[in-house]
Amino acid sequence: MSLQNITFTDKKDTRSGFGVGIHEAGKANPNVVALCADLIGSLKLEKFIEDFPERFIQTGIAEANMIGISAGLAIGGKIPVATTFANFGTGRVYDQIRQSVAYSDKNVKICCSHAGLTLGEDGATHQILEDIGLMKMLPHMTVVVPCDYNQTRLATKAIIERVGPTYLRFGRPVWPIFTAAEDETFQIGKAQYLSEGTDVTIIACGHLVWHAVLAGQELEKRGISVEVINMHTIKPLDVDAILKSVGKTKCVVTAEEHQRNGGLGDAVAQVLIQNTPYPQEYVAVNDSFGESGTPDQLLEKYGLMPKDIIAAVEKVMARK
Amino acid sequence: MLSLLKHAYDLFLTTHDFNMQIAELNKTATQIRRDIVRMVHQCKSGHPGGSLGCTDFLTALYFEIMKVDTDFKMDGKNEDLFFLSNGHISPLFYSVLARRGFFDVKELGTFRHINSRLQGHPTTHEGLPGIRIASGSLGQGISVAIGAALAKKMDGDDKLVYCLTGDGELQEGQIWEALIFAAAKKVDNLIVTVDWNNAQIDGSTQQVCDLGDLKAKFLAFGFEVLEMNGNVMDDVVFTLTEAQLKAKKGKPIAILMHTQMGFGVDFMMGTHKWHGSAPNDEQLAKAMAQLEETLGDY
Repeated sequence: MSLQNITFTDKKDTRSGFGVGIHEAGKANPNVVALCADLIGSLKLEKFIEDFPERFIQTGIAEANMIGISAGLAIGGKIPVATTFANFGTGRVYDQIRQSVAYSDKNVKICCSHAGLTLGEDGATHQILEDIGLMKMLPHMTVVVPCDYNQTRLATKAIIERVGPTYLRFGRPVWPIFTAAEDETFQIGKAQYLSEGTDVTIIACGHLVWHAVLAGQELEKRGISVEVINMHTIKPLDVDAILKSVGKTKCVVTAEEHQRNGGLGDAVAQVLIQNTPYPQEYVAVNDSFGESGTPDQLLEKYGLMPKDIIAAVEKVMARK
Repeated sequence: MLSLLKHAYDLFLTTHDFNMQIAELNKTATQIRRDIVRMVHQCKSGHPGGSLGCTDFLTALYFEIMKVDTDFKMDGKNEDLFFLSNGHISPLFYSVLARRGFFDVKELGTFRHINSRLQGHPTTHEGLPGIRIASGSLGQGISVAIGAALAKKMDGDDKLVYCLTGDGELQEGQIWEALIFAAAKKVDNLIVTVDWNNAQIDGSTQQVCDLGDLKAKFLAFGFEVLEMNGNVMDDVVFTLTEAQLKAKKGKPIAILMHTQMGFGVDFMMGTHKWHGSAPNDEQLAKAMAQLEETLGDY
């Protein structure tokens, strides 16, 4: 399985995949209720609201209240989907999520757009880079970070069908679509192999999966055998996939649009440390806030481009 | 219409049946107060002050006002629901639930002990019947109650949702998010009661961070506002009945409930000192002498 055949069919934002996914889920299940804190357009909720107005709750700019209302709806047997930007839907309301959702084990879906640097020009106040860590630390919480438009649509439907508190992270920029529209291999908690290789494993999530593919294609041309894994579910983590792949390649690079601290890389490192420690390199934001700029400028400046993954691969292979 | 109703109710108050009913509720409340003091004494921790102050209210709610099923189901469909936002008065909540039949009163003896379902603050985590949400970190209960009330509306369920908050708790910002929402979206199957005892950990609410004119605030936020003396059982029953009658008329309802922290145990009253401390053996004996064992200790 080589990376050379992987190409993108179109470009769309992952949040639009969420918009389609929640509409389909709402059509299939009358218990699905969407909530939003004054960001309907950004979350692509228009179609859901048009078709199911009685199942949409506009909370206004009051995210803490939105999380609490979601917990109450879940008690009543609804499947609340609370939506806003990732910064306001996680860090701002951490204690509400911790007590009323996670500890209370409520079937609330927290679905957030505009995560990470690719939010762009609004700058660091809005570019949360800690949300994966915050959410994965909470007991009971499932954390899913799909990689493109198609996968975000599928992930939205999958988390709604699955019972339990869940954080779904997606973003703002148009991004290459390279997974199948009806991808039967997509399953919460199950890593996806985009290629099989023997020299190095690259494990990525979210937008950075595409950069991992581009990096892998270049590395293959240089004769390096690369195994690229799309780790769309950060929790529960597919430990077997990590051990199987890194046990074979003996080194790993993790890539994510998130802080090094507490993200996918740390989750992978924890697995390796406790089992078979092999060299690992992180491609992630290094203990820094973001800033204003275009998504491409920011990914470049903060070291999240395919060339940065290639550099990390070279470094980690030298450490074997 | 309401003045007529009050008149009719006043007449009713004079009847033998009603007096019997109030006497019965007071008897239950006295036993619950005994439970509270014994529970916090036994584990040497907990919050007796607010628990004792709110005993009459929660007793009236669970033994008279609400339609509840003691065969507990989380979704509470076609039942009235209660959410405790000020979770630290858990000894009261646990005693009321046990005495009402949600679980065996013997279990009250495990309060705050290791491996107990009766955690320091209420939780669904241990599967204790009657608890629908964790509370303890303040300010979150009204939002949760609103969500449950909205679910009832969506399902055409005509039962009501009650929530109790502390007064100091109103200093939390999320409360005001919830109040704005409840009025704006006409969540009129919601009855929020504020335990207005003017006391919190660091002193009186006036000293700590004055809440100002609470009635004017709730009115300005678009609530139907009632007031009652939360330590006079017939006032509690009457006002809760009035609140039920005012529900589902377009406005959420707030009951400003005047209570005394520590009510029923003389040395715990008139001070915030008993917000979060437990009595010693001597103090327990003093308290027990003031609270008759009406229904049998756990």
